[in-house]
Amino acid sequence: MNVMQQATTSPIEIRTPKMPAMEGRAVSVFYGQKQALYDVSLAIERNQVTSLIGPSGCGKSTFLRCLNRMNDTIDICRVTGEIRLDDEDIYNRDIDVVELRARVGMVFQKPNPFPKSIYENVAYGPRIHGLTRSKIELDEIVTSSLRRAGLFDEVKDRLNEPGTGLSGGQQQRLCIARAIATRPEVLLMDEPCSALDPIATAVIEELIDELRENFTIVIVTHSMQQAARVSQKTAFFHLGKLIEEGHTSDLFTNPKNKQTQDYITGRIG
Amino acid sequence: MALADTNSVITDRAASAGLRRRRYAADLRLRIYGIAAITVAIGMLAVLLGTLIVGGAQAFVQTHIRVTFPVSAEWVKADDPAAGNWRNVVRDGLAQVFPDLSAAEQREVVKVLTNNAQFFVRDAVLANPSVIGSTITLDIPAADPYDQLNKGVITRDTAEENRRLNDQEIQWFDTLVERGLVSKPFNWGLIFNSNSRFPELAGLKGAIVGSFYALLVCFLVSFPIGIGAAVYLEEFAPKNRWTALIEVNINNLAAVPSIIFGLLGLALLIQTFGLPRSAPIVGGLVLALMTLPTIIIVTRNALKSVPPSIREAAFGMGASKHQMIMHHVLPLALPGILTGTIIGLAHALGETAPLLLIGMNAFITSEPGGVMDAATALPTQIYIWADSPERGFVARTSAGILVLLAFLIIMNGVAIFLRQRLERRW
Amino acid sequence: MFGYLILTILVFTLVAYFVGQTAGRSFALADRQTHSLPGYHGAFVAVWVGIPALVLALLWVALQQPVIDRLVIGSLPGALTSGATPAQLSLILSEIKNVAAGQIFAEPSPDVKAAADLYVRWQDIARWAMFAAAVALMLLALVIARSKLAPRFRARTGVERFITGMIIFCSVVAILTTVGIIASLVYESLEFFRRVPLHEFVFGTRWEPQMAIREDQVAGAGAFGVIPVFTGTLLIASIAMLVAVPIGLFTAIYLVEYANENVRRVVKPVLEVLAGIPSVVYGFFAVLTVAPAVRAAGGAIGIVMSPNSALVAGGVMGIMIIPFISSLSDDALKAVPRTMRDGSLAMGATRAETMIKVLLPAAIPGIMGGVLLGLSRAIGETMIVVMAAGLIATLTFNPLDSVTTVTVQIVTMLVGDTAFDSPKTLAAFALGLMLFLVTLTLNVIALRIVQKFREQYD
Ligand SMILES: Nc1ncnc2c1ncn2[C@@H]1O[C@H](COP(=O)(O)OP(=O)(O)OP(=O)(O)O)[C@@H](O)[C@H]1O
Ligand SMILES: [Mg+2]
Repeated sequence: MNVMQQATTSPIEIRTPKMPAMEGRAVSVFYGQKQALYDVSLAIERNQVTSLIGPSGCGKSTFLRCLNRMNDTIDICRVTGEIRLDDEDIYNRDIDVVELRARVGMVFQKPNPFPKSIYENVAYGPRIHGLTRSKIELDEIVTSSLRRAGLFDEVKDRLNEPGTGLSGGQQQRLCIARAIATRPEVLLMDEPCSALDPIATAVIEELIDELRENFTIVIVTHSMQQAARVSQKTAFFHLGKLIEEGHTSDLFTNPKNKQTQDYITGRIG
Repeated sequence: MALADTNSVITDRAASAGLRRRRYAADLRLRIYGIAAITVAIGMLAVLLGTLIVGGAQAFVQTHIRVTFPVSAEWVKADDPAAGNWRNVVRDGLAQVFPDLSAAEQREVVKVLTNNAQFFVRDAVLANPSVIGSTITLDIPAADPYDQLNKGVITRDTAEENRRLNDQEIQWFDTLVERGLVSKPFNWGLIFNSNSRFPELAGLKGAIVGSFYALLVCFLVSFPIGIGAAVYLEEFAPKNRWTALIEVNINNLAAVPSIIFGLLGLALLIQTFGLPRSAPIVGGLVLALMTLPTIIIVTRNALKSVPPSIREAAFGMGASKHQMIMHHVLPLALPGILTGTIIGLAHALGETAPLLLIGMNAFITSEPGGVMDAATALPTQIYIWADSPERGFVARTSAGILVLLAFLIIMNGVAIFLRQRLERRW
Repeated sequence: MFGYLILTILVFTLVAYFVGQTAGRSFALADRQTHSLPGYHGAFVAVWVGIPALVLALLWVALQQPVIDRLVIGSLPGALTSGATPAQLSLILSEIKNVAAGQIFAEPSPDVKAAADLYVRWQDIARWAMFAAAVALMLLALVIARSKLAPRFRARTGVERFITGMIIFCSVVAILTTVGIIASLVYESLEFFRRVPLHEFVFGTRWEPQMAIREDQVAGAGAFGVIPVFTGTLLIASIAMLVAVPIGLFTAIYLVEYANENVRRVVKPVLEVLAGIPSVVYGFFAVLTVAPAVRAAGGAIGIVMSPNSALVAGGVMGIMIIPFISSLSDDALKAVPRTMRDGSLAMGATRAETMIKVLLPAAIPGIMGGVLLGLSRAIGETMIVVMAAGLIATLTFNPLDSVTTVTVQIVTMLVGDTAFDSPKTLAAFALGLMLFLVTLTLNVIALRIVQKFREQYD
């Protein structure tokens, strides 16, 4: 809970209580010569779920991966513009990406547990970030994370079995547990349900709604229903541009832009 | 193309059938060539292993002769037994078996036993000094010609002048056989003796220990450096001219003839750095440089096969690149790395040419005490024996090769086991 | 002394680790927003304490001897040193060292005695100075590194930078090996060409290195012509390729196109065994089994051949290279996309036609690469020819004759005593340089071809 406390007591927070958790300003991304994002400016509100929608290849994942600098792992990728977390530009030179990623966690499209035990999967983050001082504390974090990911009851008897032995939906929840074990402020999810069946999807959606209480969540999804169900704010991307953003209910019922309307009514994408 | 011809030319079915038959005959021919080629390859392997086993088998047993030696106090003083006249003790022992020989004949009959028989007796007595004054019965290795006679390599129907043993000597040996003094136990000396001028005593211990030290040095140097280099090239190196050069260089280094590495060891390690000649440390370093490219290449392949999703997951958790590699990628790649390393070491174990150049083919009769001592290695020992004129060394060479092959089979077996048991398929 | 110093450095490094780790712990206790885990703080201090001291110690040991030597020489009275050649100086020096070590053969002159005393004293001083310097350096490093630690200090980044440096060094080792090979070969070869002119080496047709050992014989009297050695190498390598290429290629064709899973499961390991047998074993096989058999067979049909004919050495070498060719051809044939093969079969082509007219032409570059690599191997192969080929360089292309090869000559000239000033020894390095250049060229071309081929189908 430490990070949370820190967030509520930090001077910045007191100064601007309504400040968004993250904010992209004029973000452009290039893969080599090819530009994938054009001047995207988008604020991610605190303790809300923001969903990014748009046709395939429009740059949703690209934007998402900018938020915790996962794009750094792609050699040819170049990012311009500014992305703020609290009051810092995360692309600032003296930001340590490792620390950044501890604060901005990520869940991937395909569940990718480490080929280690369930326990080790969840304990990994707290270990490398030195969040605990004792085995008891670590156990505590692992259990509570698994519990909050709604997985604990299913796996409590086999914490030492490999995480890769779980079902797809369970694996994805394990990845979520793993991500929240480091107590991030923001949680990024790139199509977290696309590899799952409807029941597992429902479980995760419920989970997202619960997590909102403690985390700021950004989710990329191809399912408009899902966006409508879980998110408070929605942003629509098309061909690398942010076309429209706003309250989810507004955007789906009353889109201002023609392209958005075409997309949500199924004419493009 | 034949197919095009068939379409235009064929008019009647007979011709078409004939053509088809010819085409199938060509197919059959290719198949037969293939079978023939494989038969030749397998046949050669069979002949090779067959001759080694047939030739080497008899070196795994050794003719011993049981003699009761009177350890008279006249030759061996109780207060200083080591300085005794052991040659006379041996002579007395044989004189008891052949009591009525002339002095000259007695000198000859001693040669039934290995030249070092006196040292066997001495060591036995030193281990048990209470026998001084009484007798001691020992099984002593027979000298090489008699060993060969016993194993049927020297035959009695050869004309006497072409034989290494004359009729008299054969008759002495037959007497020993009649009295039940000759035995042919398993030849532990082959593995637990060091090299010797006398085939009946020569063993591989020194060579095995030397090879062990050399491989140890080779492993200690090439394994960490190889992994470090591979990790850098695969995970960190920017794609530029420099790294491209390193890549090309490594691939070429893997194909440089091994003897060139021997020249490097001789000129650089021995001549320039002043490391001792014939020492396992030089051999090990040379082998390490030879093995390094292999280890780098297999390690890179193992690293490549770790799926990107694991890396992304680690990064997503806020692991630094080093942590991602140390905690996830390397452990997952380790089985592949180990497999490749063991195969590389097996190759190094059989490597001969560079060791010849740095002098690991010296004649050394004790095993090395450390990496700086002069030593031989298994393959160079085999080479030395193959070059020795004595008949007894022919079988020993085959036997030495079988021992070397046994080591190689064990190493490759471990590698295959690791590959099948631990390696993960993604 | 050096051993103790290394031990001291180790102990200091350990201590440094714990100092750093303790500091890291205390930061973590006070404030959870520390940058690095305690272990990294420990490693950071340890690296800064251990590594510079280690480098210092190694450099010191490497430089100590020459410096002291020079000091001792300088201390000698001018009468002894003036006008002395370097060789004489080093003789004096070794006498001083002998005296210092207590090995006195004749009563040394007072000058030498004094110098020996000086030598011993300096050696002592140097040893203690090294120890003191290393300890001082470590203490200093410990204080500085410790003072850098702070909750927000990026110890992990520092440690990781050090590790990156280490692994960069590791990959430079591969380059250094090549540089070392080239440098040592070129250096000794230049020495050789100073005695034997290059054109004689390259164009000479007589190779009689034995003649040149004797002092009174002028080196370069036409005895170092490399041509017969080179043709011998080529002859044996060609015979090897004549054996290996057809057998290897047909094996690969059969395995790819005709063999069922069971056959493959048997044949592949057999080939691997064939590839894993050390060449010294093949050499012994050639001498002991093949040579007598071939000679007997030749004798039976009335052909007289030399006991160590090129045919035997080349033939056995060919057997050794079969698995090499077959596995590379196998890879090349398999790399051809399945669609090409299916297309041909679907037109009603037989498997042989598909193989010969579609797969083989498409795979030829890959196979050529393999053959060139095999050839480079045959040229560089040593043990088989050392044991089964001849020692005398004859300029002939008759496979029944005995010829010698580059590698045989290198081994015979270098095994035994090697004095680094005789042309005989140096000639081995010139041969080595030639061998290196030839095989390198072949390898570069082959690897290029193979790579181009792979790219085509990836
Ligand atoms: N690693 C990369 N290298 C080069 N181009 C890339 C890379 N990743 C993405 N792109 C390009 O950037 C653009 C945006 O890709 P991105 O993955 O962000 O799309 P997306 O909206 O997430 O699509 P999807 O819904 O299919 O996941 C695409 O045109 C894609 O081709
Ligand atoms: Mg995407």
